[in-house]
Amino acid sequence: MTAAVFPGRTLTAAAPRKRKRKRNIPLIAGLTLFGLIVLAAVCAPLLTHWDPIQQDLLHARLAPGAPDHLLGTDELGRDIFSRLLYGARIDLRVGVLAVVSPFIIGTTLGLIAGWFGGWLDTVIMRVVDVVVAFPFLVLVLALVFALGAGTGSIYVAITVVGWVAYCRIVRGEVLVAKEQEYALAARSSGLPTWRILFRHLLPNVVLQAIVYSMSDIVLTILAIVTLGYLGLGVPPPTPDWGSMIEDGQQFLLTQWYLATLPGLAVVLTGLALALVADGLVEHFGRR
Amino acid sequence: MSTLLEVHDLNVEIPVPHGNLHAVRGVSLRVDAGEAIGIVGESGSGKSITLRALLGLLPQPAKVTGGSILLDGVDVTGLPDRRRQKVLTQAMSMVFQDSLTALNPVMRVGEQIAEVPRRRLGMSRSQAHARAVELMNQVGIPDPERRYRAYPHELSGGMRQRICIAIALSTEPRLILADEPTTALDVTIQAQVLDVIDRLRREQQLGLVLVSHDLAVVSQTCSQVYVMYAGRVVEAGPVRALLERSRHPYTYALLRSVPDPDTVVRRLLTIPGQPPDLTATPDGCSFAPRCPFVAESCHHQDPPLVLLADGDGQRAACLRSDTALHWPEWSDRAILEQLDAEQAAAAALLTEQGNAEVRS
Repeated sequence: MTAAVFPGRTLTAAAPRKRKRKRNIPLIAGLTLFGLIVLAAVCAPLLTHWDPIQQDLLHARLAPGAPDHLLGTDELGRDIFSRLLYGARIDLRVGVLAVVSPFIIGTTLGLIAGWFGGWLDTVIMRVVDVVVAFPFLVLVLALVFALGAGTGSIYVAITVVGWVAYCRIVRGEVLVAKEQEYALAARSSGLPTWRILFRHLLPNVVLQAIVYSMSDIVLTILAIVTLGYLGLGVPPPTPDWGSMIEDGQQFLLTQWYLATLPGLAVVLTGLALALVADGLVEHFGRR
Repeated sequence: MSTLLEVHDLNVEIPVPHGNLHAVRGVSLRVDAGEAIGIVGESGSGKSITLRALLGLLPQPAKVTGGSILLDGVDVTGLPDRRRQKVLTQAMSMVFQDSLTALNPVMRVGEQIAEVPRRRLGMSRSQAHARAVELMNQVGIPDPERRYRAYPHELSGGMRQRICIAIALSTEPRLILADEPTTALDVTIQAQVLDVIDRLRREQQLGLVLVSHDLAVVSQTCSQVYVMYAGRVVEAGPVRALLERSRHPYTYALLRSVPDPDTVVRRLLTIPGQPPDLTATPDGCSFAPRCPFVAESCHHQDPPLVLLADGDGQRAACLRSDTALHWPEWSDRAILEQLDAEQAAAAALLTEQGNAEVRS
């Protein structure tokens, strides 16, 4: 009878159906762009034959489009294109690595604070408050200054300051999630706490932290660039976008491209990661 | 039959900004192996909190402030928190109201069923998988091997609730606490899910505590019913007795408010008034302000839950339960008068507001 009314359909529940995937344009665009940037950084020696630190004072400050120098040369005659590519290697590596440890530390502490509450929560969140009370860059600058310039101190400084954002995000999400019935169900089934935390809660609360980490990479690259600009970053002559902007700014009126091109590289990277973040929200939001 | 769970004089309080919300006030229950009991009451009557207190899953500020829990006749109240939690969660598990939020949205349903057998009962990966499939079969999920890999959102509400039941069974409990397990489902699926629960109870001699606001659901499944109002059990006893001769005006009013499908309903008989504020502890019966059969003494004396002389095990907390025979003749008039008064008051308020608006 039923079959006659609804041919081809049974009244049992629908089997897991294949989701019709709409193209997630931000994610695809963001990943493509970011992939291209990473690829360019990795393949730097194949894309240019110029050594990024080799000076050539006779051919200094050539405009973009000069023969053999695609994007021109800087005030010491170093090839800008090559410096951008090799600079990406440093900046991307530091940017990504400097986000990993704050992410792990902040997420773990946020889970703990949100789940256990009580004095643990109070202690962790007061420490967070103290760190948040200082502006991000000021604290990073002070720490790098105290520890001495270099990538090592950049990692440490950004970890010390950066974990608080993840901690806050994850703690908030845990506070909501732990009153959800699936968390209660997990507790009522007597599973060990660490398993409930990492197997049940973490996958449900980590999305916001991942999305934030995308913009955090941009923020970190900006911080590195700023540090480089202030002479506290990657020590010269290693190419990095920050020191390139710093070197170029004195020629802003005559050779604007010296500072603008590395700035553009920062913007492009930021755009790519922002698109990825948007795309991730859309991707997981749809589930 | 052996007594599985006994609860004596359970009290739960929730500190709130302006005082203490006494959510559960002296509730006592008993469940035997293979027995199903029902807890009925309106929202906020303390039935869900009672269940959560049994499993130590109270929401954060709430605290058990009194009472004892006996498992197989052994008092577990005095055990250290961690130990008690372990004993309780091993003996019972819970089925929740909303199967969508009760399942982890990012984990395959099969893995959720297999988790406890694998992690706590020490099965190997393939044993746990087989156990999960077996449980899915038991709760009536067709083609379990394929559904094992589904995510919760890919299943229908009825299927999801069956998964939740399978998860509850996966801990090999002796008692199932079901918190409105069928409220989120439509009526035909409701019946199927209740059937599954009932069959499992009979086959495996499980104890069942079914919380619901639906008297029909409870009367279908349970042999004993506890009616809760404002955090107290106001009437308890065998289902038949309660349905046929309720001795508490609240139960009586609940039953009256179910429309009879065979007669023309001119007016739904609701219960006039609001449930009381649980932060205040008034003298007298907490149902007195809404009770159509109220007497002077009801406002001064809080009636205890007493065994009725003429009912087989039926208990009621009402000073006027001996007048129950007269309630049918009193009630319609009394309730209608109360409802009319309420409506008139509401209308007056509206007119007044209207006038005020005109004036302003």
